[in-house]
Amino acid sequence: MQVKEFAEKCSLTVLSLPNGEREIKGGYVGDLLSWVMGRAKADQAWITIMSNQNIIAVAALIDVACIILAEDVQLEENIIENAKAKGVNILATKLPAFEAAKLLIESE
Amino acid sequence: MSEALTLHFDVNGEDFTSAGQASVRFKKNMRELGVDPEIIRRASIAMYEGEINMVIHAHGGCADVEVTEEAITITLSDKGPGIPDIAKAMQEGYSTAPDNIRQLGFGAGMGLPNMKRYTDDMKIESTVGVGTTVTMRIDLPK
Repeated sequence: MQVKEFAEKCSLTVLSLPNGEREIKGGYVGDLLSWVMGRAKADQAWITIMSNQNIIAVAALIDVACIILAEDVQLEENIIENAKAKGVNILATKLPAFEAAKLLIESE
Repeated sequence: MSEALTLHFDVNGEDFTSAGQASVRFKKNMRELGVDPEIIRRASIAMYEGEINMVIHAHGGCADVEVTEEAITITLSDKGPGIPDIAKAMQEGYSTAPDNIRQLGFGAGMGLPNMKRYTDDMKIESTVGVGTTVTMRIDLPK
């Protein structure tokens, strides 16, 4: 499913969507950035509660389809701008990571 | 590509939030060269981990990249404190990163193991009190 379709279907908040047509192929849940970099695969949706600037570089480098911020985590405006500039899609939800993962699984 | 292409990046040790700039630029350079996306992904993650290490432990450093028809070679050099026990540093989960770095999601003890995981060869030369040089090679398909 495309990132923009997933956001719409599951009523997720769109924070950054420069590449909404990207296909999501599975997901990965994690907050330790090096762990995520070692384990997550390209084109997955990455569910996290980390909200610092480094998540943008990590997402760009591992080439995930999108970041899904769980638990109503807020992002600073300059981080959102950086994501848009680097082509990183970010969706957000009030749901915990477990529930966000369920949405992902149900939409596969 | 008959001659080696070389790139040089300075890694600023003062600003942790901007760490990764060299790796992201490197990734863009490799894309423009038409390198296979999975190889770019591996090389840029390895370089990012190295960049983060230099920012956390060594107040920055520099990254030199050489691209030939056979391989991408990334050399990360710093004048930091050095690594007293390289075998220990290579263990997954072992980290000497301070708490403020852990709060940002780093310091999981996965940096050097990831660099080894994503490259075809990795060498660490380190002298305590002098600095560390990490050389990584990613082979390119013939």
